[in-house]
Amino acid sequence: MPRLPGGRVMPALIEARGLTVRFGGATVLDRVDIAVMPGEIVTIVGPNGSGKSTLVRGLIGLQPLAAGGVTRKPGLRIGYVPQRLHIDAGLPLTVRRFLSLPARVTDGAAAEALARCGVPGLEARQMAGLSGGQFQRVLLARALLARPEILILDEPTQGLDQPGTAAFYRLIEEVRATTGAAVLMVSHDLHVVMSASDRVICLNGHVCCEGAPSVVSAAPEYRALFGLGTRGAFALYRHEHDHEHDHDHGHGHDHAHPHHLAAEGEDAR
Amino acid sequence: MLDDFLARAALAGIGLSLATGPLGCFVVWRRMAYFGDATAHAAILGVALAFGFGISIYAGTLAMALVMAVLVTRLAARGHAMDTALGVLAHSALAFGLVAAALQPGLRVDLSAYLFGDILAVSRADLAVVWGGALAVAGLIVWRWQALLTATLNEELAMAAGLDPRREQAVLTLALAVVVAVSIKIVGALLIASLLIIPAAAARAGARTPEAMAVVAAALGILSALGGLGLSLGFDTPAGASIIAVAAVVFALSLAVGRRGA
Ligand SMILES: Nc1ncnc2c1ncn2[C@@H]1O[C@H](COP(=O)(O)OP(=O)(O)O)[C@@H](O)[C@H]1O
Ligand SMILES: [Mg+2]
Repeated sequence: MPRLPGGRVMPALIEARGLTVRFGGATVLDRVDIAVMPGEIVTIVGPNGSGKSTLVRGLIGLQPLAAGGVTRKPGLRIGYVPQRLHIDAGLPLTVRRFLSLPARVTDGAAAEALARCGVPGLEARQMAGLSGGQFQRVLLARALLARPEILILDEPTQGLDQPGTAAFYRLIEEVRATTGAAVLMVSHDLHVVMSASDRVICLNGHVCCEGAPSVVSAAPEYRALFGLGTRGAFALYRHEHDHEHDHDHGHGHDHAHPHHLAAEGEDAR
Repeated sequence: MLDDFLARAALAGIGLSLATGPLGCFVVWRRMAYFGDATAHAAILGVALAFGFGISIYAGTLAMALVMAVLVTRLAARGHAMDTALGVLAHSALAFGLVAAALQPGLRVDLSAYLFGDILAVSRADLAVVWGGALAVAGLIVWRWQALLTATLNEELAMAAGLDPRREQAVLTLALAVVVAVSIKIVGALLIASLLIIPAAAARAGARTPEAMAVVAAALGILSALGGLGLSLGFDTPAGASIIAVAAVVFALSLAVGRRGA
């Protein structure tokens, strides 16, 4: 049981201490401490290659550690949506059948999960024939059917357009509200990090900074990592990058407008 | 009815297909074609050793097939770079088996029966072994079906759901070794892998679910076995090869069906 800063003792769902991962000679994660409490929404941000997926995989137990340890609540039900899922073309699989792996679910439960994730009626479709956005939502529907105590989502909004992304995060918040499940997600969508998370962890091989979204966005480590002096400058930077052909409307987008503030490592450097 | 060699041959083919259909699907889905080859080829070495030590052919092939299956699983787990090593292993197992067999005077005469099988010479005892092994394998696969399928779909999803993909891999390894052992007298070491892969590949065309593909693969295996036997009787062609030839024609037809369906 982790001891929180206030001295309280609370059972974490998942906790890592000194989590270290090496690939060959390269240390990809260096002594990372992280814990997720019941009902929390925690978001991991960081440039490409900063070890976000590796950290998530280490927490689930998919990634051998070079040092440190992970403790999971015994019997913890995890709903995992991986960053990538390749389905072999030789394997015929309808959406309905996919939802019943590994535990069989009723038709009613499957239909409800699909509807809830915004893709009702897809049951008879082949997994291989789905669009990127549909595929992502079906993955989430399957994760929800396991009645997870924690949802672990690795860049779940890739391949979604902006309205789709916004709707996806609303759905995540709604799931947390209705089921009480904790959520640990990896995200590039910083504006969502600001609004939807209880806690943000900024990762770059190690934990750079951590805390409430407003605290992290003001932290010098965070700004250094994403190469922004001020938030306004950051928005402008993205803006010029995204709309080089159109310079005359760049005011006040940074806070209210759900602009795509994705911070790719390469872009920020 | 079992007095008729043809009835015994047909029953052997049907029994074997009940196991090779679903197991073959996993070989296709998991891209383990080399695995089937290497394991089956190692069986010849098992035959030679069984002769040398005077033990049951089935025991010898089962043991060698298991050893090879475990070895190949280990290698394959190291990733795609092992492709060459797997190829080397598959064919050297056959070569060593042939050399070892040649050193057994009693085996030289019969060797082709183990390389190509002789389904028309299946005895009542062989039939019991084939059905026993095939039912055991089919039962194992049905029992582990959900876990096998999840681990095949994606190992990480399986692990996140609390399954152990290594255990499911071990189930398939064992099943494959049993199938190789019980089928070596029927289709022979050289053709076992094709009996696994071809009906499963043919079943892919029209299937919408894994279950449908497994059932259709078993049915196509039975169809090929019966068709091959007919061919063999009518034209005096080797039975094992005739069965695979029919299966291959069925596969070619399935491509046409698949294209129309798509
Ligand atoms: N299986 C692997 N073998 C070798 N290197 C890897 C492997 N997985 C990830 N890496 C490396 O580890 C680093 C972190 O990767 P990853 O966790 O996927 O980053 P992120 O998800 O933050 O983009 C990258 O440099 C990547 O190349
Ligand atoms: Mg990643």
